[in-house]
Amino acid sequence: MNDLLTHFLQVLTGTLLDVLPIAGILFGFQFLVLRRPLKNPKEVLIGLLMVLLGLVLFLEGLDLALFPLGKLMASQLTSPEFLGISPNMQEVEWHHYLWVYLFAASIGFSTTIAEPSLIAVTIKANQVSGGAISQWGLRIAVAIGVAVGIAIGSYRIISGTPLHWYIMTGYVVVIVQTLYAPRTIIALAYDSGGVTTSTVTVPLVAALGLGLSSNIPGRNPLLDGFGLIAFASLFPIMSVMAYAQLSEWRSNKRNR
Amino acid sequence: MRLLRHFAASLLDSLRDLTPIVAVIGFFQIFILQQPIPNLGVLLVGTLLVVLGLSLFIQGLNLALFPLGESMAWDFARKGSLNWLLLFAFALGFGTTVAEPALIKIAEEAAKIAATGGMIEDNQQSEDSYANGLRYTVAVSVGFAIVLGVLRIIKGWPVQYLIISGYLGVVLMTALAPEEIIGIAYDSGGVTTSTITVPLVTALGVGLASSIKGRNPMIDGFGLIAFASLTPMIFVMGYGILL
Repeated sequence: MNDLLTHFLQVLTGTLLDVLPIAGILFGFQFLVLRRPLKNPKEVLIGLLMVLLGLVLFLEGLDLALFPLGKLMASQLTSPEFLGISPNMQEVEWHHYLWVYLFAASIGFSTTIAEPSLIAVTIKANQVSGGAISQWGLRIAVAIGVAVGIAIGSYRIISGTPLHWYIMTGYVVVIVQTLYAPRTIIALAYDSGGVTTSTVTVPLVAALGLGLSSNIPGRNPLLDGFGLIAFASLFPIMSVMAYAQLSEWRSNKRNR
Repeated sequence: MRLLRHFAASLLDSLRDLTPIVAVIGFFQIFILQQPIPNLGVLLVGTLLVVLGLSLFIQGLNLALFPLGESMAWDFARKGSLNWLLLFAFALGFGTTVAEPALIKIAEEAAKIAATGGMIEDNQQSEDSYANGLRYTVAVSVGFAIVLGVLRIIKGWPVQYLIISGYLGVVLMTALAPEEIIGIAYDSGGVTTSTITVPLVTALGVGLASSIKGRNPMIDGFGLIAFASLTPMIFVMGYGILL
């Protein structure tokens, strides 16, 4: 119980340290530069406290429940015993790891659905588009992108192929899609790449990358463990544009 | 009473958001690893905290962060001073990134890689200075990204030209940068945007695009986050080349 309390206080101070500079900048500019009173000071204050408390509880709960189990699982699924790697093996076939790919994809999908910053962006996109972009459609499109990204990223670690070839191929696909995607979705699609990897996704995905790169023969965790986050921020751009193209194509077909 | 019902609905939403992750972890634990779930009680309490926290966060978002970001955008537009707006944009990008825990962690790991790779001396002091340098590099690059993004909204430049130029920058830097830094640089783009920054910056962009005549909030309002996740990649590789 005492441990829990100390941990809670730690998370609280950590979040406060994270929030204070932001609050300082916001209120500094509001009162010193813009010199305008807040419209609903009471509401804003309550809202900020809710954001703070909410984040603390959220992180605390993740640390308590989902992270230890998820990280343990990532290391168990990538352990030599589970994968059947004997110590004297030099190279391994990539298709020995089907469970790893499945785990990578499903953990990518499910953590993205729970990612608070993605929820925030989809709420805003839904408001701004006047309801044309559905919150769930967008969230699922992004989550599928992350799932595919993390699975391919795991394959890259396992096969030991250079990261930049994948990322550059991804860029080419994104550029081609940009030419054909509806104009209104482009900026939002680019944004969805950046918002997916945050509080929930990064720790679990990092554990997966670390587990894979330290257990697969010939991989170095310091060099090969990175890159999964880059995949998770590139693939949603493609999936969101694909989602928009698909919706446009379907509504065109209906109108015809 | 209405407030209570509203809160209950929001709790249900958060519960639904959490269901997939609980299902995935449960499935792999029971069926693939074939192990019992340890500490079921703690797990349950933790999940309830996550649900409660997420629901509080989302409500606070609608009450404070969104209105604050948008009203500041309108106030800046009314004030009409571009310099102050750009200074605000830089401060917001730099200030929210420099203390970001995920970034601090990745910078420390990067310093270890640099030390083992022989790029810097293998002692605590040079590792610390390398990590700090990297952290400030990323923070400056995010500040720069928000400034560029705000300028873009004001001028109405199409987002894709800037992003594609950014991609070319990444490709160019990848060819020049030492191999050890590439993975970290690519990942640093994803970790910069924190849970509090994203809603604020999004509201700022949408607010600016709605307050300026001739801009469409859907086409012009989004895109700030995209810049913030692209420029750190270029700047971090630049840092790797210079050191």
